[in-house]
Amino acid sequence: MLIRHKKASDVASHEITPKDVYVNRRRFMQASGLIAGSIALGALPSAAAVLPAKGQKFADVKKGYSKLGDTDSLSPPEAIYSYNNYYEFGSSKEDPAKNAGPFKPLPWTIKVDGLCNKPGTISFEDFIKPHALEERVYRMRCVEAWSMVIPWNGISLGEVIKRFEPQGSAKYVRFETVVRPEEMVGQRDRHNLPWPYIEGLRLDEAANPLAILAIGIYGDPLLNQNGAPIRLVTPWKYGFKGVKSIVRMSFVEEQPKNTWQVMNPGEYGFYSNVNPEVDHPRWSQASERRIGGSGGGLRGLIAPRQETLMFNGYAEEVAQLYAGMDLKKFY
Amino acid sequence: MSADVTSARSSQGFSWDSLLRRGLKPMAHVLCLAPLLWLIYRGFNSSLGANPVEFVIRYLGDWALRFLLIALAVTPVRLITGWLIVARLRRTLGLYAFAYVVIHIMSYVGLDHFFDWATIWADIVKRTYITVGMAALLMLLPLAITSTDGMIKRLGGARWRRLHMLVYPAGIAGVIHYFLMIKAGYKEPLIYALILTALFGVRLFKRLA
Repeated sequence: MLIRHKKASDVASHEITPKDVYVNRRRFMQASGLIAGSIALGALPSAAAVLPAKGQKFADVKKGYSKLGDTDSLSPPEAIYSYNNYYEFGSSKEDPAKNAGPFKPLPWTIKVDGLCNKPGTISFEDFIKPHALEERVYRMRCVEAWSMVIPWNGISLGEVIKRFEPQGSAKYVRFETVVRPEEMVGQRDRHNLPWPYIEGLRLDEAANPLAILAIGIYGDPLLNQNGAPIRLVTPWKYGFKGVKSIVRMSFVEEQPKNTWQVMNPGEYGFYSNVNPEVDHPRWSQASERRIGGSGGGLRGLIAPRQETLMFNGYAEEVAQLYAGMDLKKFY
Repeated sequence: MSADVTSARSSQGFSWDSLLRRGLKPMAHVLCLAPLLWLIYRGFNSSLGANPVEFVIRYLGDWALRFLLIALAVTPVRLITGWLIVARLRRTLGLYAFAYVVIHIMSYVGLDHFFDWATIWADIVKRTYITVGMAALLMLLPLAITSTDGMIKRLGGARWRRLHMLVYPAGIAGVIHYFLMIKAGYKEPLIYALILTALFGVRLFKRLA
């Protein structure tokens, strides 16, 4: 499915105002042609995101924005569920699926704090309920030069942020992953990352309609290895920006120090936009390997790499966020 | 066991010692080929995981490093235990280590990059871990070439031994290659580094003692 839409380059949303979000979002949806023009995009969406009963699928998922290329086909669930980078559960790709069993994603609360008018500690259910649950099929490009195509179920991050009324002085939103060494074996390993895992976005990046907080994949609630119960998805950025199992969201004035940047500032920056022209010291970013098409067989050994696209193919949607910035410097 | 088999063995002078002598090499071949056969089995069984190319490259790299350490362990084991017989395995194990290094690199060249030499060369120049890995290959190459009895004679024992000291920096380069490749979670390369240090330690200690 290839859906073309107009460029939204004239929206400069350096300051979050509800109108910015609203206008941006409406254009987006009109252009995508998936939502009938009559849907009201006011304060309350028609559908409320609620968790299904155990073993059930989400009941009310709207088809949201998806833009796939000719070579993009959905990655099979086995690949999405078995090949993960989630260092809290171990540092190999197979570790999270193996080790995430003891993790309990519910009950869950999220603390919202910092420079906003409506801070608070909110249960996961109340956090997602005011928002429409949408399916967003996105390419996911890992900094390690592999990629997948994932049908997320999520809520608009911009809408979520609007609800907490960030103050004018807030420039960034900072996210924090849960710390539970008793359930997360990687957090007991001294040679691993410093915890908690931190990520952040500039507020206008967070307000971009592409940015979502995902709570499911393929219509099922997120599995532990994919970041249950709630995680960030920003498809124009490398996968590690997608902070998992979020317990805290803070509005801040200073640019947050994201974990990988702290670990290795020469290799990882704050922005981490997918950019085939700026190499990671250990991986060329010019091409990528699409994961999961072969079912683990010999056919997978002869699958060629494919070219990586600027902003992972989402330049029309996000390039305006970085107008005038030297992306070699702000990598 | 039937009587004639027993008598046949006793007529050849059966002893555990001679069985070990005759069985050691074939057993080493079987054990050294096992990881490769297992990989091939997994390929035909469609169990190479979500990223088969990466799986194959890493698997072969793991075994290349393991065999290099096993080959490096032969002399320390002989020094500690006094079992002279293990020395016979040194060449076999070293050549298997080299073979795994070669197919590890061939899988990177052929499977990951489809013989795209420009990209591969850029990788070798720009990515330190690949530079170091290739350096290890270059150090092991002359050792494999000079592993025959003829070459030992031609070079002379002393010169041959000096050349084959290259296996030490090659082993170090292999471990560094592993360290540099990993983003975080250094437990495994750390284990390899400790084993390598211990093996060097035994040699050094025995030499000084």
